[in-house]
Amino acid sequence: MSATALDSPDVDVDPGLQEQFDATIAAERRIEPRDWMPEGYRRTLVRQIAQHAHSEIIGMQPEGDWLLRAPSLRRKAVLLAKVQDEAGHGMYLYSAAETLGADRADLTDRLIDGRQKYSSIFNYPTLTFADVGVIGWLVDGAAICNQVPLCRSSYGPYARAMVRVCKEESFHQRQGYELLLTMMRGTPEQRAMVQDAVDRWWWPSLMMFGPPDTDSPNSAQSMAWGIKRHSNDELRQRFVDMTVPQAAFLGVTLPDPDLALDPSTGRYRFGAIDWEELKRVISGAGPCNAERIARRRAARDDNAWVTEAAIAYARKHEARS
Amino acid sequence: MSARAGWPLYEVFVRGKRGLNHVHVGSLHAPDDEMAVHAARDVYTRRNEGVSIWVVRADAITASSPDEKDPMFAPSGDKVYRHPTFYEIPADVPHI
Amino acid sequence: MHEETVYDALDTTHGGGGQWAFGTGFDDPLAGVELTVPDGVDPADLGAYCLMLGDDALVLAQRLTEWITAAPELEEEVAFGNTALDLLGQARLLLTRAGSVGVLGRSRSTATDSIPDEDALACFRDPDEFRCTGLVAAGNGDFAQTMVRLLAASTVRLAVFARLRASRDPVLAAVAAKGVHELAYHRDHAARWVLRLGDGTPESHRRAQAGVDAVWPHLADLFTATDVEARLAAAGVAVDPAGVGDEVHDVLTTVLTRATLRVPGRPADVVPRGRTGGHGPELSALLTTLQGLARRHPAATW
Repeated sequence: MSATALDSPDVDVDPGLQEQFDATIAAERRIEPRDWMPEGYRRTLVRQIAQHAHSEIIGMQPEGDWLLRAPSLRRKAVLLAKVQDEAGHGMYLYSAAETLGADRADLTDRLIDGRQKYSSIFNYPTLTFADVGVIGWLVDGAAICNQVPLCRSSYGPYARAMVRVCKEESFHQRQGYELLLTMMRGTPEQRAMVQDAVDRWWWPSLMMFGPPDTDSPNSAQSMAWGIKRHSNDELRQRFVDMTVPQAAFLGVTLPDPDLALDPSTGRYRFGAIDWEELKRVISGAGPCNAERIARRRAARDDNAWVTEAAIAYARKHEARS
Repeated sequence: MSARAGWPLYEVFVRGKRGLNHVHVGSLHAPDDEMAVHAARDVYTRRNEGVSIWVVRADAITASSPDEKDPMFAPSGDKVYRHPTFYEIPADVPHI
Repeated sequence: MHEETVYDALDTTHGGGGQWAFGTGFDDPLAGVELTVPDGVDPADLGAYCLMLGDDALVLAQRLTEWITAAPELEEEVAFGNTALDLLGQARLLLTRAGSVGVLGRSRSTATDSIPDEDALACFRDPDEFRCTGLVAAGNGDFAQTMVRLLAASTVRLAVFARLRASRDPVLAAVAAKGVHELAYHRDHAARWVLRLGDGTPESHRRAQAGVDAVWPHLADLFTATDVEARLAAAGVAVDPAGVGDEVHDVLTTVLTRATLRVPGRPADVVPRGRTGGHGPELSALLTTLQGLARRHPAATW
């Protein structure tokens, strides 16, 4: 979808409807599914919510790779509960998209065909069990920074889904940090695993907030519509400020020689992000893009007969009753 | 729309605890009513949030349409006496 | 905010990490339960029996977890997760009980003291020390075979646990009391799927029947008591599996018949294999995955 398509004004719209919509947004009240809304608003929301839902579902895989191999039964249970939550969160979000007239099966097709994106962070591999902890700490931490403001999104079903997601995710970040604390108190190999995982995930986590504000074409409109509440750079800075002291407490080094407290602002300055890498990963050249999508495709195609069987059964039994 | 025939959409309502109304919590896809209740239990009460679940096919819900919003809801908009805050009660009256 | 009321139970201030420790329930099922071994019971027998029931749950949980990110619909991802978490919770209680009465096999020859008993038993025992049945150790097959196996395994386990609630061992009785609710749900969920697949499309019917035919031979060694079970059953601690065979076959026959599936003849009872450590390559492969990381770090805590 091009930016111009989003920005083009709706034709033949009763000006009263547009005024009512604008007034609702201006008053910080919620837009609900059956309200009139500009077509661009609807499409932007569907795209953003679907991308968010896809990220939850694809996000099950990097950690899911460790479900069968978790080194203790407690960690296995925690990780299973977490990965299961991600499936649930994907469902809440697809639900919100469906209130806008989208269809979950169609959105899944778009994901698998590459017509819709998901967060590029999930295209990196999880090489050791420390990655499970670092994903909880950094990736979920970044996600929480992004998501908490969305609980006030102008679109009611999205905001309500995010309230639920954020409440459930509070344990995700904590379990990750707790695992890392435990590993840092463990053997030298465990400590090395943690540092190595931090080295690999730090920069991709910063990229999760999206391109810099100077290069974020749709941001201004999304902010005006109340779909987005803070700029990418603002949220990224908030995340860095929050995370640096946690890294110190943990005893790991963040892989950025330029990272330093700016005494005049009380905030941390950090080094330049390699945006070319982000573009490569988003455009499909990440280490695991093909694998992630192949797994979703297999889940859909190999089990289509199950979905069909349940429908056939329901039809037979409706007809009989 | 997808070429595949998907499961229909169900809306899910959960009674959080005794004494509360069922509240809409979201939706899911299921092939039939029974499976919808199962899926609702699995998805929406993972943390013991509910004591009772209702599911209803989304296409079975009749809703007031936005165009009707004003005529349907405006009449009660001025009946402030239906709302408890309409009544001024001295602050020292207990349990009201 | 009105909708907040639904989420009151999510308040993290009450939960802490403990709520993730046992299945999907929040209560410690052993709170206030007497932990001493009942009079006249050999702790080695009690521990061995806990391993039988615990290993069944652990191995089936691992099999169900293999479906995560590969299930037919997102609703089923979540359902697989719930069932696996319930079974994992049962496994942890039972392995911990086995360890607490001193039954640890050869696990402690490699696992250091920092590793809890449940993990020593799960990750540091060799395949021949596992006491699970072939029914749970077998590979998943397709979704139909997975659901037929879940139906069979949860029917057997529910029948055993229903009786185990009256065990003279208070820990087994408590584990069973919690487990029957979980298992009744697992059985119900599996049965609904078997009905839909058996009586769905020609393809699903064919696959469901193939699943039944693949699972059925594993019922042969479930209903003969091992010496341990016989001694403990006589002492009022364990359930004699011979006493549940008829009930299990009645339930399975009812479901399969309603699902328009052919019920294979009841296999003749044979001496237990898995319960005495006789396993095939499928269990070894499963354990290689489950145990690999823990075994590479025998002095680590996680």
